[in-house]
Amino acid sequence: MRVLLVATVVTLSSVALLQRAAGQERAPAAAAGTPKTSAPMDLTGYWVAHVSEDWRFRMITPPKGDYTRVPLTEQARKIADAWDPAADEASGLQCKAYGAAAIMRMPSRFHITWQDDNTLRVDSDFGMQTRLFHFNASPSPPGERTWQGYSNAEWQKPASLKVATTNMRSGYLRKNGAPYSENAAVTEYFDMAPLPGGGQVLLVTTIVDDPQYLQGLYIVTSQFKKEADGSKWDPTPCTAK
Amino acid sequence: MGSNAVYRKMSQSTSTKLTATKLAAVLLCLIACRTVAAQMEITGSWVPRSNEFLTGDGLPVDFTGIPLNEEGRIRALSYSESQLAMVERQCQGWPAFYVVQGPFGLKIWSETDPLKGNVISYTIGAWEDRAPMTIWMDGRPHPSQYAEHTRSGFTTGKWEGNTLVTYTTHMKAGFLRKTGAPSSDEATMTTRFYRHGDILIAMVIIEDPIYLAEPWILSRSFQLSATPMSPIGPPCVTAYEGSVGETAPHYLPEKNPFVDEMTTKYGVPRDASIGKPETLYPEYRKKIPPAAPAR
Repeated sequence: MRVLLVATVVTLSSVALLQRAAGQERAPAAAAGTPKTSAPMDLTGYWVAHVSEDWRFRMITPPKGDYTRVPLTEQARKIADAWDPAADEASGLQCKAYGAAAIMRMPSRFHITWQDDNTLRVDSDFGMQTRLFHFNASPSPPGERTWQGYSNAEWQKPASLKVATTNMRSGYLRKNGAPYSENAAVTEYFDMAPLPGGGQVLLVTTIVDDPQYLQGLYIVTSQFKKEADGSKWDPTPCTAK
Repeated sequence: MGSNAVYRKMSQSTSTKLTATKLAAVLLCLIACRTVAAQMEITGSWVPRSNEFLTGDGLPVDFTGIPLNEEGRIRALSYSESQLAMVERQCQGWPAFYVVQGPFGLKIWSETDPLKGNVISYTIGAWEDRAPMTIWMDGRPHPSQYAEHTRSGFTTGKWEGNTLVTYTTHMKAGFLRKTGAPSSDEATMTTRFYRHGDILIAMVIIEDPIYLAEPWILSRSFQLSATPMSPIGPPCVTAYEGSVGETAPHYLPEKNPFVDEMTTKYGVPRDASIGKPETLYPEYRKKIPPAAPAR
């Protein structure tokens, strides 16, 4: 009987210790509080795009008709082939390539702050756009369509941010007019990692689902490096060219 | 005490020990199950999502997005693809980095300890010329710096929350991009595997003190497939492809005939084509001539 008692006590103690250890990994997201106070990672600060991929599609405007690797439908290709940046500028649509489906792929800096306890704010200097990630919000997006749409956010255990965006105006996945429709839905995941030698990397996975203009999901992953301050912040208006 | 009494006492004692053992086993299993559940399943067949152009091998001199240092740039510009006709260089182009750069999927499986059930290693299967990669999860150290270098290198891994973090050393010298941007045998690679639903993202950070001015970060997404992928690929087999002469085919770096192809075809400035580190950051946009963009 003594053996049984000792085994039970030892095992239950081990369980408690291990659960506590596991809980330490998960605790932040599970802790009670606002999304701001319970954030499992700190996304706030200045982040700069590390344009190591798709350079010629991102840093410069690709030639008309170069929608390589974007799975456009036939209808969408016709729209891309008719791209007219001057007409976009004249119509006040110069921000079409800076919408939520494409902004994180832009060669930009991003400033992430908490607007309030339930809203994470992301500003871009290139295109001067503002995204608001609403935690604990109603799933139905209110109001008129905008370039950045309406974003619902949730922390995912143990340390990731998921953002779902709808209610966007139609825009461009690339500056040369590869379109997405206003029916598109964007799902994003924000993950962080340490950079060797110090610093941090932010990895943003962007998944665009657009039954109207895309034949399948469009998925890109973009990297950002954290900067010490906003000394390189350089607000620049949208341009269609 | 009679023999029956002795038997009863022994039975009682044995029964108590067995119950204690069973209880301990069940509880330990519960602990183990919790531990496993805290990680992500990454085994399976993952098809590549090819919405990004990571191979970057469309033109001979396209080193855009690679933060080469001066030595790396000179080596890259001196490269001639005719070197692939040399038997000793034919399998050079596909180091471990090709896991994220290549157009291939990932077939991942695990080897587990038959008694404890823990994962000893993961293997990413080969694909065509890319060799298989084993990720050791059992805590073994990396070999001596003088140990043999292979195309896959030596990789260890550990879980950080739901993220599998691996570290690769001991790779043979090869290419950061198979059109000639070089990697040295001192290069290392840290890879993070993130899983979100049926999407697996591999982010690699490549460090090379010989040829890179700063760490090079790449990422790629894969989607879980119900169709099994082959775990093996044909090995890179060398073959005689004719004589290339007495010297390795090459260009003098300042006389590479393809150096301006990115400029004439896509409007990419030369500094970006040849992988100057400052071209990876947004402020470089302002140095790009306005005439360069769309035609």
